Amino acid sequence: MSAIPGIVAINTFREAVRDRVLYNLIVFALMMIGASILVGEISIGIDRLVIINLGLSAISIFGLVMAIFIGVGLVYKEMEKRTLYSVLAKPVRRWEFLVGKFGGLLLTLAVNTGFMTLGLAAALFYVSREFLRTDATILVAIYFILLELALVTAFALFFSCFSSPMLSTLFTLGIYVAGFFSADIRGIGTVTRSPAMQMTARVISYLLPNFRNFNIISAASHGDAIPFSLIWQNTVYAALYVALVLIAASSIFSGRNLK
Amino acid sequence: MSTPAIEIEGLTKDYPVGFWRPRLRRSLDHLTLRVEDGEIFGFLGPNGAGKTTTLKVLMSIIYPTSGTARVRGKSIDDVRMHREIGYLPEQPYFYDYLTARELLEYYARLFGFRAADRRERVTRFLERVGLADAGDLQLRKFSKGMLQRVGMAQAILHDPQVIFLDEPMSGLDPVGRREVRDIIHHLKREGRTVFFSTHILSDAEMLCDRVAVLVGGKLQGVGAPAEIVSMQVYAMEILFETQVGGALPNSLAKSATQIGGRYRAEVPEQQLYSALEELRSCGARILSVTPLRPTLEDYFFKLIARNKAVPQPEEAVSR
Repeated sequence: MSAIPGIVAINTFREAVRDRVLYNLIVFALMMIGASILVGEISIGIDRLVIINLGLSAISIFGLVMAIFIGVGLVYKEMEKRTLYSVLAKPVRRWEFLVGKFGGLLLTLAVNTGFMTLGLAAALFYVSREFLRTDATILVAIYFILLELALVTAFALFFSCFSSPMLSTLFTLGIYVAGFFSADIRGIGTVTRSPAMQMTARVISYLLPNFRNFNIISAASHGDAIPFSLIWQNTVYAALYVALVLIAASSIFSGRNLK
Repeated sequence: MSTPAIEIEGLTKDYPVGFWRPRLRRSLDHLTLRVEDGEIFGFLGPNGAGKTTTLKVLMSIIYPTSGTARVRGKSIDDVRMHREIGYLPEQPYFYDYLTARELLEYYARLFGFRAADRRERVTRFLERVGLADAGDLQLRKFSKGMLQRVGMAQAILHDPQVIFLDEPMSGLDPVGRREVRDIIHHLKREGRTVFFSTHILSDAEMLCDRVAVLVGGKLQGVGAPAEIVSMQVYAMEILFETQVGGALPNSLAKSATQIGGRYRAEVPEQQLYSALEELRSCGARILSVTPLRPTLEDYFFKLIARNKAVPQPEEAVSR
């Protein structure tokens, strides 16, 4: 097993945590969680539900913003600034570099999500002075958000291997939105009477990543139990999808003439 | 016969130019070159000659349209080849938020050096490029010259056998240039091969065992600087002073130019003695007589002028 992706990942993480833009986003997300306390206080009886709902949504949205905006620039910036030249002159294969970059951003996102989770826990404790057994679902919801972010990051990297950051952002957002509604796309097929349309809609819906499967914010805020089967199914689904997207990205990146 | 340090055969690179009707622009045209072990090899050419393209192909940053290249017997496609080479890109740029020490540590890790070895190497090479006091400063605070030094350090950090330097003197002040020259000489003394591109001819004349001249993507000549340019004397330069109010001899009146209080004249070698005799009879004081030989620079400009007369590569290779 090559150690290169790990070395590149740690360097990517180190660069990312020193960039001040990241701190602004975390502060903003923590402020959102803080604001949810105020909203919770005026929501008599359902303050916990509101805080969990708003807090998890803030973690998800800010994670997505970071994954897309940092992800699309991750490799592009290295090409543009030519920092990649001296790395590729070392015994580093292009796929190792790409996987390392992915790992570094994922690590950054995990640490940021960790901080935001602490913020949410603090807000929750401030309001109810206790943690409930059902709050464990919140951790499952955060784990699913991380799986979702891994998938989004892989797509952002994939698109940035052959298009500009602006287009990559649009493509990644497009995939995210389409993936969120993939079940509805299948539904469109069933309301038409054309078997060809049904087949096309079904194929598209299966090809698109199903992001809705990762969203259990509502269940977490109500304290509903999450079946263990969903946890491992989502884990395997995300791991396979990420692997496929990264293989495709690596093959494009490996064959590309850099500027 | 020993394996050459660098072996390039028929290396060609075409780039598509234009969006709607792309044409191919040939940036490198069947380059064939051999660099022996332990040589300092200068790769000369004006801007746009294909020097950086060649280096990028050798580093697998871009892929050749055709042709092959080997470094110490290993194909450039073989990632193991990269263990034996060092590379300084043109106008290097590194990660803004890392310190010089962290950057070199990162590169040393990519070569698999252990922690103690890494620390020792990084300190040693920071000292060697004159950055011992700036090691803990973030790279975004570095000047262009300092970045060039970091670039030099990362290129030689792992003791490579073949070092590729793309315009290593650019952006450096005279002291910095001198230091880079010293590093290159030091590498040669250690038996390493240095392949460097430059358009500064004096650097090449001063440093190189052999040079290759590239113009418009085509190799124009390879050899020792003295072989490449004819060593034949093409004129004699006479520097002299006349007496106060003294006249110039008729034969030199038109050709001599006044520099300060002195005169400079160029005469054909066979007319040297008669010119000196005339100057002596006018009472002039001869300050120096120097044989003039063409420099690498003259050769270079002659090639560029000749190249302008032939069709441009873009026209020649259009689809």
